[in-house]
Amino acid sequence: MQELTEAIQREAKRLLDSGEVDVVIGFTKGTLPMRAAPVVIRKAADSERLVWGPFCENNLARYLRGVRDKRVAIVAKGCDTRSIVALINEHQLEREKLYIIGVPCEGMIDRRIVPRRAPGEVTSVHQDGDEVVVEGDGFSIRLPRSEVLYRSCAACVHPNPVIYDVLLAEPVEVTSGDPFAYVRQIEEKPAAERAAYFASEAQRCIRCYACRQACPMCYCEECFVDHTAPRWMETGVTPAGQQAWQIGRAYHLVGRCVNCGACERACPTEIDLVYLNGKSSRTVWELFGFEAGVEVDKPPPLAVFLPDEDPDVS
Amino acid sequence: MSDWHPKIVVFLCQWSLKSDSEWARRFHQPDGVRVIEVPCSGRVNPLLLLSTVQHGADGILVVGCQPEHCHYKEGNYVGRRKFATLKSFLQYVGLEERRVQFAWLGETDRGRLRALVDGLLQDVRELGPMQELAVRGVLPNTVCAL
Repeated sequence: MQELTEAIQREAKRLLDSGEVDVVIGFTKGTLPMRAAPVVIRKAADSERLVWGPFCENNLARYLRGVRDKRVAIVAKGCDTRSIVALINEHQLEREKLYIIGVPCEGMIDRRIVPRRAPGEVTSVHQDGDEVVVEGDGFSIRLPRSEVLYRSCAACVHPNPVIYDVLLAEPVEVTSGDPFAYVRQIEEKPAAERAAYFASEAQRCIRCYACRQACPMCYCEECFVDHTAPRWMETGVTPAGQQAWQIGRAYHLVGRCVNCGACERACPTEIDLVYLNGKSSRTVWELFGFEAGVEVDKPPPLAVFLPDEDPDVS
Repeated sequence: MSDWHPKIVVFLCQWSLKSDSEWARRFHQPDGVRVIEVPCSGRVNPLLLLSTVQHGADGILVVGCQPEHCHYKEGNYVGRRKFATLKSFLQYVGLEERRVQFAWLGETDRGRLRALVDGLLQDVRELGPMQELAVRGVLPNTVCAL
């Protein structure tokens, strides 16, 4: 991790010094333990603020549309680059203006699970090989890394950047098997159980839209829930409104979601959003053999069609 | 629930009924069936279907032309992908499969619209009122006042 941090800082400094880019988007140390915060670096001297670690969980591609008028370098792990590819395919970004600093990702650690496994307040966490060392007031415990990964990371099949200008470390081995195992598990339940599960998840929604703000693919200038004329759906925090929002949001990402899990991490009430987004990805994979953000210049599946295909709509 | 009658909304492509007599009778449907004409089945936004369900419809039928016979050449091809993904998604969150139906009508399908509507009515009667995503009477001033 330390080597990667230094490599990122060196690369950022070089790019800013030479004037190759105007800004570098990366992570800096957060103000709490187990936190890293997205940061935009504009001066070469500031590049030492950049860090890399197991808590760089945001999808930084989310910030790229905000700096489209500049030449940008971005520190990107596998899912970030997939989002970038998806955004390029939707004509939201220009590849030429981007410099992608690729970082192979070993998966991010779930900052919500770790404190639940610790006996007291956690003050520092660091990685030691396959284990995570959790330290706090009067205790120090070691947890297996695989048990505290985010679910989206544990099921990730693209930990290595799919496009990059420079790759700062050796690609990591892809160990995950079926990315849709969790979705399959839910699909097998009877309809009434699925409805009950969806209702129980959706009813925790407070309509803060943090999931939308964290998502790189949610870039509509005006979101459909903010429309008041015509009003597309119930906007209150009622069961109807909560469910409508969750369906509308997840369905809007069909064929676009890269399953980075940024929405779930942003959710203050920890709604199971991976379960909804996973379904949208599985549907396009099963019906159209499409995987979002893997290939540049492959249009999103709902923007095209094949005359002789016959997806089951009956 | 003795006073319950199924409510059904049909999104009907304006080109899909090929015979004049059937077109003239398109609004002559059983009680509780509301037909909404759309320019093309490709125009049916998934949000419209969601909104319809939330307004209290117990069943939805979307009717378009046979894929290769779209008046706009490819509107229903696009619609087909949308409907296939939407349908699997709605089922996933617990909606019964038969509540939302899609059909493509061809030139030889005279009378089929009525058969489809009757079939859906029958299905919905068996399934009972829509409860999962339903919310009755709390959505003022929205897209389609049903």
